[in-house]
Amino acid sequence: MGVEGIGARVLRKEDKRFLTGKGRYTDDMVVPGMKHAAFVRSPHAHAKITGINTDAARKMPGVIGVLTGRELKADGIGNLICGWMVHSKDGTPMKMGAWSPLATDVVRYVGDAVAIVVADSKGEARDAAEAVDIAYEELPVLVNATAALQQGAPQLHPEAPGNLIFDWDIGDEKATAEAFAKAAHVTRLDIDNNRLVPNAMEPRAALGLYDEAEDHYTCWTTSQNPHVARLVMSAFYNVAPENKLRVIAPDVGGGFGSKIFIYPEEIVCLWASKKTGVPVKWVADRSESFLCDAHGRDHATHAEIAFDKDHRILGLKVETIANLGAYMSLFSSSVPTYLYATLLSGQYDIPAIHANVKTVYTNTAPVDAYRGAGRPEASYVLERIMETAARELKLSPAELRRRNFIRSFPHQTPVIMAYDAGDFDATLDASMKAADYAGFEQRRTEAAGRGKLRGIGMSCYIEACGIAPSAAVGSLGAGVGLWESAEVRVNAVGTVEILTGSHSHGQGHETTFAQLAAERFGVPLDSISIVHGDTDKVQMGMGTYGSRSGAVGMSAVVKAMDKVEAKAKKIAAHLLEADEADIEIKNGDVRVAGTDKSLPWFQVALSAYTAHNLPSGMEPGLKETAFYDPTNFTFPAGCYICEVEIDPDTGATQIVQFVAADDFGKIINPMIVEGQVHGGLAQGIGQALLEGTHYDETGQLLTASYMDYTMPRALDLPSFKVMTTETPCPSNPLGIKGCGEAGAIGSPPAVMNAITDAIHNNNLTMPATPQKVWAAIQAAK
Amino acid sequence: MYETHYHRATSVEDAAKNMNAAEDGKFLAGGMTLIPTMKQRLASPSNLIDLRHIPGLKGITITGRTVRIGAVTTHSDVSTHAELAKLCPAITFLAGHIGDPHVRNMGTIGGSVANNDPAADYPTALLALDATVVTSQRSLPASEFFVGLFETALEPDEIVTAIEFTAPDKAAYKKFPNPASLYAVAGVFVAKSGNDVRVAVTGAGENGVFRADELEAALTKNFNAAALDDVTVSADGLMSDMHASADYRANLVKVMAKRAVAEIAG
Repeated sequence: MGVEGIGARVLRKEDKRFLTGKGRYTDDMVVPGMKHAAFVRSPHAHAKITGINTDAARKMPGVIGVLTGRELKADGIGNLICGWMVHSKDGTPMKMGAWSPLATDVVRYVGDAVAIVVADSKGEARDAAEAVDIAYEELPVLVNATAALQQGAPQLHPEAPGNLIFDWDIGDEKATAEAFAKAAHVTRLDIDNNRLVPNAMEPRAALGLYDEAEDHYTCWTTSQNPHVARLVMSAFYNVAPENKLRVIAPDVGGGFGSKIFIYPEEIVCLWASKKTGVPVKWVADRSESFLCDAHGRDHATHAEIAFDKDHRILGLKVETIANLGAYMSLFSSSVPTYLYATLLSGQYDIPAIHANVKTVYTNTAPVDAYRGAGRPEASYVLERIMETAARELKLSPAELRRRNFIRSFPHQTPVIMAYDAGDFDATLDASMKAADYAGFEQRRTEAAGRGKLRGIGMSCYIEACGIAPSAAVGSLGAGVGLWESAEVRVNAVGTVEILTGSHSHGQGHETTFAQLAAERFGVPLDSISIVHGDTDKVQMGMGTYGSRSGAVGMSAVVKAMDKVEAKAKKIAAHLLEADEADIEIKNGDVRVAGTDKSLPWFQVALSAYTAHNLPSGMEPGLKETAFYDPTNFTFPAGCYICEVEIDPDTGATQIVQFVAADDFGKIINPMIVEGQVHGGLAQGIGQALLEGTHYDETGQLLTASYMDYTMPRALDLPSFKVMTTETPCPSNPLGIKGCGEAGAIGSPPAVMNAITDAIHNNNLTMPATPQKVWAAIQAAK
Repeated sequence: MYETHYHRATSVEDAAKNMNAAEDGKFLAGGMTLIPTMKQRLASPSNLIDLRHIPGLKGITITGRTVRIGAVTTHSDVSTHAELAKLCPAITFLAGHIGDPHVRNMGTIGGSVANNDPAADYPTALLALDATVVTSQRSLPASEFFVGLFETALEPDEIVTAIEFTAPDKAAYKKFPNPASLYAVAGVFVAKSGNDVRVAVTGAGENGVFRADELEAALTKNFNAAALDDVTVSADGLMSDMHASADYRANLVKVMAKRAVAEIAG
């Protein structure tokens, strides 16, 4: 490892601009003639539109245009789609209801966009938006997924009878039933996974620019995957062909999944720019973010786990109802299926698993991937039921887990995944030691003396990252391939530009991707630039989600660097009159191993471009492209231990210790990995303790601002003890597993196991607010 | 935010005159409730009359045990006032636990009491300290000033200019904050002067801030946290919402009261 290479704890190159307020976000973009948009949104959760009158709005000051869904449809703009096909267990395809970017006949959730107003200023656009007169005929409302499946429930989409999108299953139902028949003990648990609002710091935004002379569109937008946005907007929404559409995702202030999807607003801004003849910018306010960003989670699950007399798991049965909201968002179908049920084996050798998932429509915001996406839900089910089982079996939770750990790899689970590497004892041992697990009972007694209820809880999670290989996800229904691309350009002076299809929205790619080239070519970090987020600059790429930038994006960079290195060595061998096999790149020099014959790196680069003396037949230049498609998912895993103290008088929970031991495989920058874990833990703890999303029975979102929706603050969190163990991932060249989602996946069950341990009442749902904890304490008395 | 007219008042008379001339005017102090409400387009005053620059409305004066806090004094200024902290630490503590630092740097005591949010902190202090609300037109005791939810005895053109109170022998404020808004789910201010005990509660009452008679009665007999053990705080008349049921609030009122008393007695 060099001082700036792989494994170095270098500070983030991008932080200067972020910390000094010099980042350039979509809302910072200003183009000549730019105007401002406001969307007219439905105040009703479910209603028929019986009339839209835009006359008054058009006459308001500063108004340039008021556009509705009928005009959008007339121009051939397509409906939004879900890009992952899931089939019900009877073989029928999922029932996707139509989602027009601007509703024309029916609105299905509060915030559903109905019209767009373009005006000189944002204020004027909003004033005019209020003047758009829409007549609604209210329809009965559904907010609860279980209620949506009841006989006689109101019908949301004609395409989906009974509001059922699909009734899917995985695993072997018969084998699982047989396993349960042999069981010495069965543990049963009802488990809800609470709906979350993503709350990225930067709200979503779009700036659409139509250039009439070139018949060309440019879209600046808050996207985690600008190429996917261009592909989908071209192929499905008919905005423009790909060569006529440039998508730029500049600095993006957090995504957490919610900026993967293509939403109505960016499509409508592009179309509106053509219709009105002016560039159109829209920036969500925080209320719109609450109402209209795709939410996360929202599962209701019943799970049962069967053990033999030696406490080995025989089988697992899971029934889940997943609320997908009013429309199917871009990857909504994959989250409660292939990203969820395929992880239900956890870290355990479970011979038989069967999971059934029903997804339903309700009059709520669409639900899609949110940090962890399906995997937190799986970990929550499994790790809550394991802890519950340990209590029932009067076994230490660590011992029950240890007795069932998978220890030989590769391991084929009954639910598709083939784990390639891992050492679950190592993370369990590390976290138990760091948490002084053995000394807990003493601490519990000491806390009781102070009138506090102290509890400890554990969670051993596994996740699947990278969301690849393409052929595998294709066979499971994905509408896209999930590889990644890179181009490595060595300039004539030896500086390096890496063009990546990954997108950084907080992950630190400008630092970590540069560390790869620093390691390989001995070039200082300052001389390496990362280019991303612009479809005109960067070759097709798939973007960043599912902790895939390291495992997949960096692997593409490695592949491109391999090609660059090979060519540089050929050039150096030629110039140094040596055998190519003897050339090595070390400390910024290209030299003949074991001799003092060497060339500085920049000179090799310069030679490639002067082309005065290249090997016969070699093309000039030093620039290579690679596409990388991994051979498997990656499987980060770890063990989290949470210790809480509860004030029995108020129900307030304080996390007094949190230990996270993770196996992320190879680590490029430990500081950035720790930051990712800290952020993930904050989000997971936020879900467990604080973040509750409430719709009332009329479909109004009651928790639509920070007055009512609790985001975790620094004071809510302890100082984390984080550590890593390492089993390199065999499925990619660097051995990386990915670290972006782990914290949010592993922490909720650890927190809830700790609280329920403290209060001796397992009947508690997230978020475990003081009121709920207090009530659970009263109920247990 | 809708279009509005801003006027920086130079005196209370100027402020009242502008208010009377306005179609739908609002006095502006720290704006910590009004401005977010306007940004959400839930309020659209035609005129904003800013009171913060009126001479004499800002600052804290202490004469013996008498405290006068100017209406546009920020929570931050109250919470960091060293002399006041010695005389009545409960009120500096209270001010230091309103919202977050941003709110404390902008929000004012006059704004808080004039708004009379049922979960605001200051109204408990005023009620428990038997404070006087000084306005541009009169002086009236806190018990007559606070009328109901977001409702006070203020006339439309009447301006709170100062809060006055005599420092109690001892006092304490304990609140259980809403984890999102940091407003009180239940906040209890206990003040003791001689044998006189006053207990005021915010965040819990359906009608806003109130004095807890049964707690006062028990504490007047025996000023000790244990004296509240057998007192039942009734959930009747307490708020119930998605954050806290009336029962939970009733529990919190008692718990916060006991903690305040324990702090004073200890």
